[in-house]
Amino acid sequence: MLRFSLQLVGVAALSVFSVCVQADIPLADRRSGEHFMRAETRAMQNDPTANPATFALLEGEALWQKKIGSADKSCFACHGQAEKNMRGVAARFPTLSQGRLMNLEQRIQACRVEQQRASPWPYEHRELLALATYVGTQSKGLPITPSNVEGMQAHRDAGRALFQQRLGQLNLSCAQCHDARWGAQLSGNPIPQAHPTAYPLYRLEWQAVGSLQRRLRNCMTGVRAEPFAFGEPGLVQLESFLMWRARGMPIETPGLRP
Amino acid sequence: MTEPARTIVNVPAQAKRGEVIEIRAVVQHAMESGYRRTELGELIPRDIVRIFRCTYNNVEVFRAEFHPAMAANPLVSFTTRATESGTLVFEWRGDHGFSAQASASIRVS
Ligand code: HEC
Ligand code: HEC
Repeated sequence: MLRFSLQLVGVAALSVFSVCVQADIPLADRRSGEHFMRAETRAMQNDPTANPATFALLEGEALWQKKIGSADKSCFACHGQAEKNMRGVAARFPTLSQGRLMNLEQRIQACRVEQQRASPWPYEHRELLALATYVGTQSKGLPITPSNVEGMQAHRDAGRALFQQRLGQLNLSCAQCHDARWGAQLSGNPIPQAHPTAYPLYRLEWQAVGSLQRRLRNCMTGVRAEPFAFGEPGLVQLESFLMWRARGMPIETPGLRP
Repeated sequence: MTEPARTIVNVPAQAKRGEVIEIRAVVQHAMESGYRRTELGELIPRDIVRIFRCTYNNVEVFRAEFHPAMAANPLVSFTTRATESGTLVFEWRGDHGFSAQASASIRVS
């Protein structure tokens, strides 16, 4: 993160001139993060034998069948074949389940605790990410279809407000980088449009698979703001807004980023 | 880690005799360098893969030594000449008794 923070000093000077509310990116101009990567990185992502996220996918596939908890049940016991029954699920998360706003990882965690009766994983636990990668990959290629459950719109609106709010010592909003300056360089790194299409993904800088929340926390630290805690409702609202902003774009899980 | 490490190997299923073939092998491993510290300042012990070997019908065709600066999930790509049908065996060994194996067969015509 140090590298990222230092690079931002240049942007801080720029921010003096920026306007407060950015227009949305026109639908036809939207580009996945993949578009901003070097050809070599893209090739690594798109070759399952070179993309290290494949390990998470294989691990998730094995965990799907594993009986655990005091209920001694596997995911498969209730959900059957993931290829069939989890198809399209990741494309409509986050959503409201019994009134609770949940992203995909939280939904899986809820099944682990309430259905399998096992102890919860900590955030970013390898097995949780592996299952989210496996469930996410069942939607690969399908368009993002944001949940229309009653009450979701309010969460998306809250997410949009957060996206446009200036944060941190650098006093920058997400929108100032991702709506207004996408495609520009931040000390050699292109600024992407921040579409959440490929999560969980393997980030070379992390040397590991990580969630969208981990990525969002990185951007918050980047502007020297105190990042929201994992699982905090504000982060899930941001996720909900980002998914709506990327509506219709194909899911690319398991992705890879620099 | 109690479960065996995952590996991915990529070998062409068939080749012409004498053809130069590209082989790729990846092993799931954190490659902890031994230079990092925890938030409390304690050194995280080194835990890396040390040796990678590939044999082709029991003849060693490639060997590499790994070092602490290598990325997690190291990917090795190399070439060899397709000589005869048979099996390629891949083997990784590392710190704390780490060991992983994979194999792939090739038909040479
Ligand atoms: C100063 C510019 C800047 C700001 C402000 C910023 N980001 Fe980012 N963001 C980046 C850059 C640059 C990347 C690409 C990764 C890198 O190089 O670190 C990125 C990556 C991302 C990604 C990953 C996209 C992908 O393809 O995987 C998401 C999502 C994202 N940002 C969301 C946000 C959100 C939400 C906020 C506000 C809380 C925010 N960003 C604030 C610069 C910024
Ligand atoms: C004892 C049965 C049971 C087990 C075991 C179980 N689940 Fe569930 N799962 C459910 C039920 C019931 C729902 C629907 C809950 C609701 O809609 O409120 C659900 C919902 C889900 C959803 C959301 C589906 C959708 O269409 O929105 C996902 C994803 C999911 N489970 C993943 C998992 C994973 C991964 C595991 C294993 C770690 C697992 N579940 C284990 C019963 C189970």
